[in-house]
Amino acid sequence: MAVTVETHTTLAEAARALALGGVYMGGGTGVMHGINEGTLQGRVIRATDPALRAIRATGEGVSLGAGVTMAQVLATPDLAFLHPAARAVGGPQVRVMGTVGGNLFAPHPYGDFAAALLALGARAVMAAGSHRALEDLLRDRDRPGLVAALEVPRPRELRAFGFAKVQRVKPRGVSVLSIAAHLPREGGRLRGVRVAYGAMAPAPIRAASVERVLEGATLDAATIARAVAVAAEGITPPTDPVATGWYRAQVVGVHLRRLLERMV
Amino acid sequence: MALRPVTFTLNGMAKAAFAEDGQNLLDFLRRGVGDLSPKFGCGQGGCGACTVLVDGAPVLSCLMLAEAVQGASVETASGLAGASLHPLQEAFMDRFAAQCGYCTPGMLMAAKALLDRNPRPTRDEVIEAISGNICRCTGYEPIIAAILDVSTGRVRA
Repeated sequence: MAVTVETHTTLAEAARALALGGVYMGGGTGVMHGINEGTLQGRVIRATDPALRAIRATGEGVSLGAGVTMAQVLATPDLAFLHPAARAVGGPQVRVMGTVGGNLFAPHPYGDFAAALLALGARAVMAAGSHRALEDLLRDRDRPGLVAALEVPRPRELRAFGFAKVQRVKPRGVSVLSIAAHLPREGGRLRGVRVAYGAMAPAPIRAASVERVLEGATLDAATIARAVAVAAEGITPPTDPVATGWYRAQVVGVHLRRLLERMV
Repeated sequence: MALRPVTFTLNGMAKAAFAEDGQNLLDFLRRGVGDLSPKFGCGQGGCGACTVLVDGAPVLSCLMLAEAVQGASVETASGLAGASLHPLQEAFMDRFAAQCGYCTPGMLMAAKALLDRNPRPTRDEVIEAISGNICRCTGYEPIIAAILDVSTGRVRA
């Protein structure tokens, strides 16, 4: 079987085509090497709808078209809170091509940007108009339908959101792990805490045990120590050429501590 | 296999050629158009040897569909030199920034993308700009020095 590429001018057409089977191609960084190697056969669907590249402010956040690239995010001063996560993705060429929608489907150990979106509580807007929480989408990535956009709540203050990527090669390497933390404060206490890990599971996940420790607490040395103690609780990280699962579980607490101490 | 007509400009010259279904831009440029300057390295987006500029931005041509450059401006290393070498090519020679030379076309295009956008980059910005390009010969220092030479005007066309 050969590859057949179908290019549609609207999202609706692309969604209808995808419902009949095939693989969706955004920026190409995740799909094209499968075509090059012959491991991907059959229908490849793409869309040139300008809505996919749109960035617009919403009530309490921002809407990113699924085809918005990391380079676009970095070129938008209003998205400064997302810049550390966008900068963590690939080299300059990958950032020009790689999209925020595609990052949701990047296989382990990629998907650092998706971890940031997960911590912020982003929702996916599907082409059919429905919404899906990101944790649901990330749990079931095989037949997700077509993501049209991502609605990303804006952190109330810049210091309430932190992101860290751990890599062995500088300045550009694959993740050992990444951590994103959204720690809004109310009257000195953390309320609505969300912490997400990248590369600690087949897809980005929330660090439920850490969130339970932080929720309602003050961010001080004692709280951080308690959060670090449960950093790997309930998580079995994958092993790959970058790091073993054992190593990831051992060091996640170290990097969580560093990130939380930066956010005090 | 279906063929699709693609019209674009390559180094300022209008081009029209047929792309195969699923053909990547690198293969299209090399086999379809005859520009052999972008190189095939990993085919997975990891090495940067295939870097070309599309509408001024650096992309990995091995990971881009050929048909995606319909109507776009594509620049490759073969278009750098005019009557004389491009300053980056001069600087790469002066600094011995190429040994086997396989990464050089991609390095040059990544460097050009940087200098077109930011003519006076810092050393850190140069390192960042070539961080998607792998060189197994030089250890990078001569390449960084060559790019900085052009940015500081030590090498001129």
